Amino acid sequence: MALYSEKVMDHFTNPRNVGVIENADGVGEVGNARCGDIMKIYLKIDNDVITDVKFETFGCGSAIASSSMATELIKGKPLSDALALTNKAVAEALDGLPAHKLHCSVLAEEAIKKAVKNYYDTHGIEYDASQFPDCEHCEHCGG
Amino acid sequence: MNVYADNAATTKMSSIAIEAMLPYMQTVYGNPSSLHTAGQEAAEALVKARETMASLLGCEPREVYFTSGGSEADNQAILSAARIGARKNKRHIVSTAFEHHAVLHTLKKLEREGYEITLLDVHDNGMVSAAEVAAAIREDTCLVTTMYANNEIGSVLPIAEIGAVCRERGVLFHTDAVQAAGHLDIDVQAQNIDMLSLSAHKFHGPKGVGALYVRKGILITNLIEGGAQERGKRAGTENVPAIMGMAAAFADACAHREQNAAYMARLRDKLIAGLSQIPHSILNGDRDSRLPGNVNFCFEGIEGESLLLLLDQKGICASSGSACTSGSLEPSHVLLSIGRPHEIAHGSLRLSLCPENTEEEVDYMLTAIPEVVAYLRNMSPVWRDMVEGRKEFIIK
Repeated sequence: MALYSEKVMDHFTNPRNVGVIENADGVGEVGNARCGDIMKIYLKIDNDVITDVKFETFGCGSAIASSSMATELIKGKPLSDALALTNKAVAEALDGLPAHKLHCSVLAEEAIKKAVKNYYDTHGIEYDASQFPDCEHCEHCGG
Repeated sequence: MNVYADNAATTKMSSIAIEAMLPYMQTVYGNPSSLHTAGQEAAEALVKARETMASLLGCEPREVYFTSGGSEADNQAILSAARIGARKNKRHIVSTAFEHHAVLHTLKKLEREGYEITLLDVHDNGMVSAAEVAAAIREDTCLVTTMYANNEIGSVLPIAEIGAVCRERGVLFHTDAVQAAGHLDIDVQAQNIDMLSLSAHKFHGPKGVGALYVRKGILITNLIEGGAQERGKRAGTENVPAIMGMAAAFADACAHREQNAAYMARLRDKLIAGLSQIPHSILNGDRDSRLPGNVNFCFEGIEGESLLLLLDQKGICASSGSACTSGSLEPSHVLLSIGRPHEIAHGSLRLSLCPENTEEEVDYMLTAIPEVVAYLRNMSPVWRDMVEGRKEFIIK
């Protein structure tokens, strides 16, 4: 289908890092089944480095592709890279998304940041809260 | 294997329709409004096509207007009835919540002009009864418009009964028969239909052409002003090849209607039985009062667009009512109208058959669809939450 780039179709039909990490160090879930997409990211963290990452996604082709690409972009990278990840970087790595699908890349960014925040919270690590998006109340999911 | 199972979206043109069109592109290409022989031959062809359509609908040729398709016919029928109503100070219209957007958006437009619109609720099996229509009719009702068969979930409404109620109460009755024409019985006299819309490409005719039946004596309003075509009610040089293709396709569909319906219903029932085996799935639309080629399911825990894309990878063309396939944030208004929650409506799949579909194709779909559903569920956090008991299943 010409709706999506070849990159999107590749990550959609052969998604990387699908699954669950048992006893993950950080878990982040964003989205809303009512809106038709939910992303859940699992992180394994060692010495501030993301040693493993998995995702589960309920959503459209671009939601699955965005999750897959986002996990690839942070796998093996320091946490600071995950915190610096932007939806724009995810969309660009996929050679672009249709305008009405850009929110999928936003969800991917938010899911990863939420998982990092969860890691900080559950491990008693102090952090600057302002670096995390307020994804509970964004326009897309409506809280 | 390639399977085209999206015949409610559009159909492949039949060779009968194509052959009926060719002469009107290659040799009889005159303008039917021209006085010369080339034009008059085209005009005669139009007369024949109109007679064909009329005889199949059970009306007179002068009650048939050719349009650009179902949407134009719906618009013209509804706006005409509204204008007639306004002259008698009647500005109330009864319809249903699960009409096609060609109807719903036209009604919205009238609402902004001061008309009052009653959209009847649809039962969870996709039905609306004649008694419910009767109860909604008021002194100032100028039109009842309900579809004959729903384009998404395939439920077939009791059109003749609704028509009888409207006739008794003296209210104009229009039906959007776009999904029904060529597939279900139509007799505008017996069914008390005052206006009816149909579209050629839903029964193996060409795209961009349709027809509006209007009972004689009902004064319709032009949407397009200009020349005197269609008895002055629809300007613009007639699309003669398309009209000839439509008439041929409609005649062919009606001639084989019962045998085609029986054949498709058998394939449909096999698909319904097979897909019902998928856990936490539910059929949308009435089981019995249903278009012969329509199958529509919701599968819990997955989203429709990814389902369609993966089926497309396996060569299966289908459709869904998910928000992502509609280009909006809302899933199908039809699925919401029958009470499916948003979560479930996003995971819908429509298969719509034609007589060219085969048993082998059905068997292939019955292997491919459960595989894709299972694959997507396996990566769905919603599904995992339900399987592991953190969330209740909505579809038991």
